[in-house]
Formats: sequence, C-alpha cells, structure tokens
Amino acid sequence: MLAFAFKRFLGAWPTLLILATLAFVLVRAAPGGPFDVEKSLPPEIQANLDRQYHLDEPLAKQYGRFLAGLAQGDLGPSFQYKDYTVNELIATGFPVSLRLGALAMGVALLLGLSLGVIAALRQNTFTDYAVMATAMTGISIPNFVMAPLLILLFAVALNWLPAGGWEGGHWKHTLLPVIALSLPQVAYIARLTRGSMLEVLRSNFIRTARAKGVPERWVILRHALRPALLPVVSYLGPATAAIVTGSVVVEQIFGIPGLGRYFVQGALNRDYTLVMGVVVFYGALIVAFNLLVDLIYAWLDPRIRY
Amino acid sequence: MSSVENIQTMNAATPGRGLWHDAWLRLIRNRAAVSGAVILGFMALLVIVGPYLSPYAFDHIDWEHISTPPDLASGHVFGTDAVGRDLFVRTLYGGRLSLAVGLAATLVSLFIGVAYGATAGYLGGRTDSVMMRIVDILYAMPFMFFVILLMVFFGRSLVLIFVAIGAINWLDMARIVRGQTLSLKQKEFIESARACGVGSAGIIARHIVPNLLGVVIVYVTLTIPQVILVESFLSFLGLGVQEPYTSWGALVNEGAQGMESAPWSLMFPAVFLAATLFCLNFIGDGLRDALDPQDR
Amino acid sequence: MTAPLLNVDALSVHFATADGELCAVDGVSFAISKGETLGIVGESGSGKSQTVLALLGLLSANGRASGRAVFNGRDLLDLPIRDLNQVRGKEVSMIFQDPMTSLNPYLSIATQMTEVLALHQRLGRSAARAQALQMLAAVGIAAPERRIDQYPHEFSGGMRQRVMIAMALLCDPHLLIADEPTTALDVTVQAQTVGLMRELQTQRDTAIILITHDLGVVAGLCDRIAVMYAGRIVETGPVDAMFSDPQHPYTRGLLTSVPRLDEITGERLATIPGNPPAITQRPRGCAYRDRCAYAFAACAEHPPPLQTVINGRAKACHLEVLP
Repeated sequence: MLAFAFKRFLGAWPTLLILATLAFVLVRAAPGGPFDVEKSLPPEIQANLDRQYHLDEPLAKQYGRFLAGLAQGDLGPSFQYKDYTVNELIATGFPVSLRLGALAMGVALLLGLSLGVIAALRQNTFTDYAVMATAMTGISIPNFVMAPLLILLFAVALNWLPAGGWEGGHWKHTLLPVIALSLPQVAYIARLTRGSMLEVLRSNFIRTARAKGVPERWVILRHALRPALLPVVSYLGPATAAIVTGSVVVEQIFGIPGLGRYFVQGALNRDYTLVMGVVVFYGALIVAFNLLVDLIYAWLDPRIRY
Repeated sequence: MSSVENIQTMNAATPGRGLWHDAWLRLIRNRAAVSGAVILGFMALLVIVGPYLSPYAFDHIDWEHISTPPDLASGHVFGTDAVGRDLFVRTLYGGRLSLAVGLAATLVSLFIGVAYGATAGYLGGRTDSVMMRIVDILYAMPFMFFVILLMVFFGRSLVLIFVAIGAINWLDMARIVRGQTLSLKQKEFIESARACGVGSAGIIARHIVPNLLGVVIVYVTLTIPQVILVESFLSFLGLGVQEPYTSWGALVNEGAQGMESAPWSLMFPAVFLAATLFCLNFIGDGLRDALDPQDR
Repeated sequence: MTAPLLNVDALSVHFATADGELCAVDGVSFAISKGETLGIVGESGSGKSQTVLALLGLLSANGRASGRAVFNGRDLLDLPIRDLNQVRGKEVSMIFQDPMTSLNPYLSIATQMTEVLALHQRLGRSAARAQALQMLAAVGIAAPERRIDQYPHEFSGGMRQRVMIAMALLCDPHLLIADEPTTALDVTVQAQTVGLMRELQTQRDTAIILITHDLGVVAGLCDRIAVMYAGRIVETGPVDAMFSDPQHPYTRGLLTSVPRLDEITGERLATIPGNPPAITQRPRGCAYRDRCAYAFAACAEHPPPLQTVINGRAKACHLEVLP
C-alpha cells in the first residue's frame, strides 16, 4: 500500500509540470501584453515596466524564472492589484472559497449517498421515483440558473435570507450559495450511487452472502456498500473540479469575496499573473485531490493495492 | 405474446436488426424519453421558425416598451429587456445559438474521441498505454479555467467556443470508446476479418466503429446537454457570445441582474434552458436503458 | 424408512417480466433423505438452478415461488425471513457455479468465513478463526494461516471453490446444495472437487443436492437423479438403474449423447435434434414432443404427469414402455 501511494505521488508531478507549462504557454501566446489595454505608454515607461516584470527577457529564461518561482511557491506579483502578490490574493480569497466548497462537497456526499442508497433499496417504488425525479431536476438546472432562482424566492419574495454578501461566513449568507453549488452534485452522486448499488445487489457474491444467512441489513452494510461506493469515489475528482468551477459563478452571483471572484475579475482585467496563478493553484489542488481519491480507492479495493 | 414471438423470430433471422428493433421497442415504451423527444422537437421547431412569427428583430430596440412585462397587445409576448428588445425573439435566437453550439461541439468531441479511443483500443500495447496516460493527465486539468483563459486572451469568437468545448469533452468519449474497442477486439468476427486480410484501418472503420454505435449514441445524447451547459456558463460570465447576439446563458445573466424588477427576463430563458437540458437528459437515460437493458 | 430431510411438493417458480409472467419451474416434486445425494440434471434453462434458489428464497426480485418445501418439519417457502436466515448457511448451505464471482472480492477470506460462525454459532473472533483455519485445511488448502488473510483474487478458480465448500460446511449443515460446482473449473480441478465433496460427505453424512449438466459428475457422486426438462422433472430414479435402463426418451437421448471411452464404435456421436422450447413458447402438451422420435397424438393434448414405473422410479411420458 505504501509503495503504491509513493508511486502515485511520483506520478502526480509530471501532471503538475504539464499544467504549469500549459498555463505559461497560453499566457505568453496571447496577443498583446498586459499593459496594452491602457493608453499607449511612453516607450521608456513601457521598457521600465517590462524590465520590472521581466517581460524583456527571452522566453526560455522567463519560463525558467516562472518554474523556479513555482518551486518556491511564489506566483509573482499581480499586474492589476499593484501592491499585492498573487500569493496574497490567493491567501485572502481561498479560505472563503474553501469553506464554501467544502460545505457543498459535504452536503453533496451526505445527501447524494443516502438518497442513492435509499432509492436503490426501494427500487421502483414511489420513494425511488421521487428521488430520481429530484436528481433529474438537480442535473438539468445549472447552478447559475438555480442561484438567481433561489435569491428570487428566498431573498426577494419571502425575504427570509439575504440576497448576497458573506459577512465572515455567517450561516444565513452561506445557506443559499451552498444549496446552489451542491445541488447538481447531490443529483449526480445520488444517480451514481443508485446505479452502482443496484448493480452490486445483483452480483453473485451478494447472493452468496444471503445464502449464508446474513441478515439483509448486514448484506447491505458489510457486503454491498463498499463496492457500491467505488464509482462514487472515482467521481470525487471530477466532482471537485465541478465544485471549483461552479464556485466561480456562485461567488459572482452572491457577491462572495472568494478566489473564483478574483479569477473572473482578473480574467476581465487581463491580469495575467493572477489568472495564471489561480489556474496553477486550482490545478494543483485538483491534482492533489485526485491523488487522495486514488489512495482511497486503493484502500477500498484490495485488488488495486498490489 | 405475439409481439414476443415476433421479436424472437426476428432475432433468429437477422440478429443485428433484431437487436436495434428490440432497443427501439424499449425506447418508445419509456414515457419520459418519448415526451422528452416530443418537447425537444417542438422547442427546436419553435427556435427555428419562431423568430419569423414575431414582428420584432432580435436587435430591434422598442423605445416605447423598455423593460415591460409580457403583454399580448404590444406583441412582446415574453416582455422586453432593459434596453427594450423583444425577449421572445431574443430567447429563441439564444436557443438557436445554444442548440447549435451543443450540436457542433458534440460533433467535434465525437470525432476526436472516437478516432482517438478506437485507435488506442485497437492498437493496444504500448501505444495504448501512452495514449491513455495522456488522457489521464489532460483529465486532471482544470479545463474550464483554460477555456476562460483562452476566451480572455484570444477574444470571444464562436469558433473558439466550439473548439474549446469540443476539445474538453472528447476525453470521456475517448475513454469509453477505447474500453468498448478493447472488448470488441477479442470477438470472433474481428478475428475473421483479420484472417481475410482486412487492414487495421479497414477493421476500425468497417467493424469496430459500427459496433460502437450504441454506446456512442447514448454518450452523444448525454454530451449535448453538458456542452450547452458549458456554453451557457461562459456566456453567463460574459465570456461567451457578444452583443447584440445572445445565448441562453447570456440571457440568464442579464435576467439575473434585473430579476427584482423584471423577473420575467430571468424566467423565460431559464425555463427554456432547463427544459432543454431536462429533455436531453431524459432521452439520454431512455436510450441507455433501451440499449443496455440489464441496467434497469 | 424415516421421513425425508427435505420434501419438495409441487414447487413452481414464476417471473414477472415486461413481456408477462414466465414460468421457469412448473410443479416440481422430489425428496431427499439424510446422507443421500440427489443429482438434478438438465440443459441450461431447464429450471434446475431456479428450483434450488427458490428453496432458500434467493430468487431475483421479480421471482415468486409457490408450492411446499418441508425441511425438518418446516415449510421453507413459508418461513419469515428472520427464521429463514437461521436455516441459510446453518442447516442448508449452498455452493454456486462461478467461484470467481461468488466470493466477495472486497473482503478477506477470514472475514467471509468467520462471519458465518459469528452469525450462527455466536463464536468469538479467535474461536471462529480457529475453526475457519481447520476447515480450510480440511478442504486441502495449503498454509491456511497465511491464506486466510488473503483476498479472493489471490486464489485460483479451484482454490476459490474449495474456499466456498469450506465456508458452506462451517456449520455442519444437514443439506448442501451445490449449483454446478464444477462447471467453471478445469477438468482436473473438477475431478479434485468432486473427490473432495464425496470425501466430506462420507465423513459428515451430509445430504447433497447436486445441480449439473455433467453426467460424469452425477455418476461419480449421486445416489439418485432427477432429470429436468423445460421446468419439469421428466424422470427420476436410482442412478445405476437410470444409467443402465433409461425410461424417458429425453434421458436416453442425454445418455447416448455422452462419449464413452469403453465402447469405441467409430460411429458419429448421437445428438438430440433441435433445441428446448424457449421459456416464452412452451407448448401445451409434452414440452419434449417436438424433439421426440416417439411422439404421438396424446403428447400434443396434455403434459404427461410424473408416474411411478417400478419402485423408486418415475417418469413423465405418455409411452408405457420405451421401444
């Protein structure tokens, strides 16, 4: 198991390198520099700026500098927020996004798994149909549609909850964003769990367990749950990516000062280093999460470990 | 009873057609999928024909009706937006774009994914493992962010949206197609084709691709809603199509900004978008159940 | 003779499908005494597996069993699930056809074996483990102390089937149901498995119901056989008598289609023409009619009942004597 973990750990590095390189190439391939938007600057100021941000060096050297910075965890200065480094901006925005994302993921797993299992155990009953219909709704209504609808209902019409803002993560301000962010994932996970649970319950080894006289409750908990969870575990990687992506719009809609909002602002302002930094940061996060998922999977499935 | 007999005699006579016939029977018995298809067809028709039925152009500004609620008398059946453009026509125009992007980008990803996956699965061995390792690495990339980067750096163009979205979704397709190809490769009819001297390209084109059809059809129907979702997401962020053109995502964004005073400008595009996704997902589910009945 | 251990009377199994209700087992009756081995023989689709699955309530969700199956004075088909769970694995055990998928791949052999003992004999962890080790050794698994903590994928097919047998015998059941235990195995491993089952049976006096389509296995292991065709028993009797003098045309067809090493004749091996009728299209009269060389008018009228021929033997055929 340890050897397996180490191998997977090593395997994550090329992915990270490719990620960083891709981000670098994209940014450098972009037409125009970061300061082109403003009125054309006098040549000497332009040269000064270029020197300050090392834009006058050959590309290879810039790439080396970028990688060296990354190795030390330094993402460079922001082009737009002149007095801040990208690291500082991430440090302000990420805790907010993390809290939102972690809550959404928790809700998605808790609700998705239980609904999926319940639907599978009551296959073709009213409960099953109700859960599946709800899941279909969750999948078909994107979170950027769900979010305004929630605001319209709970903030504008009923006036129960605030329409936006963060206030340090007070529950009144987190509730609606978390619902909007987690609902599609609840739906996906519920459908996935139901499907895999049904498949597992049809398998031969479940019949064996029943033939041994194991009570149904234990058949589910001890024999069926673990294999039924495996597809959900594999889905955790894509789910993280989806929640990170979703948080970009949800933060935008609810006016939450998270990393996603910085990203969109940075993108609209052509803040190259900030945008690149966020992409690399989130990319690394997703890679790390995928690694974790691989390890959980191996822990659950004895056939993978060796 | 007689229908069962028919299927069985058919199975005996033409196994290939019988299988599809069987799947078809299962599909049309699925009420959700059939109503999804009917509603989707109706919406597609509306989106194509509808704009001609309205006296307003999609970029026409009606200075007398700015931000008015739905009203039959003025001809603005869905109301107007904040600058006085007719929402009925704009919603349908947005639908044209969303559906077109959905179809086109899915075709792009279909083409790349099937070619890549079938090649990797068919060639197998080291080529396969290298090709799939590349897919694994790409899979771990936060693609939505790269697409946003692309949009920011290279400007917003429709072509770029097609390509960018198509380029994301081929990964899943490649994986599925590869897996199917691997299992198909071991089947006898491939062996016999090889024994008859058919080359690799011929085998892929003639034997493997047609046999992948079922899986691919299901996957395509499930990809279209995903693509529409991505396009709407980008448009919602203001990174998709540009004014005066529009798409459902862009309309939802505009609607959300003025939803307190003009909720209709949010509701109509939101309902159209969600209904389309509903229908496509139901059809996809129905197709999967029909083609892979043990899954029920 | 004492009362039989298990007495099955008019057992039928129906499945509700999208195409209507299908009848997989149609009024099957048989009995088995303590220490006896009954072989149930038939082609795939003849209903033999569904018959035994129904006994332990293991039919798939759309299946329904009717009739009676009295085991030690209780009707298994009528038992509440709580009581049935006390019978399953303890008094009646089952071995399945495919040892590759019948063991849980996610749990160690130790977990899967001790679970049975914890359930039925309330044994503690170490006692259960000791007994499981003993049983693994008894079925011929080398180095059980090491093997017991491994997972099923680390065992070969034959070894897995041995584990299945060990697991089934843990609680010393009165009746062991083996559903094609050797079908998925290599020929040499098949022979070993049959040998093992025979050995364990003589030691423990367990009754065995053996489902198979392999007449060689039947000859090596069984006291009596019941031949099933299209959901019904067509002939039953002691194995020697059935093999030397089959009374039903289908039984005779089965026997002559087996290659024999002791009578090399140079002739083509006999086969039964045609296929069994599909479960959706069983004819009104005798189901074997279309493939039978001796069919006459009565065979199309109504299905022949299972009737005693001479003591201990019965057949379901309209012919008085097979020509």
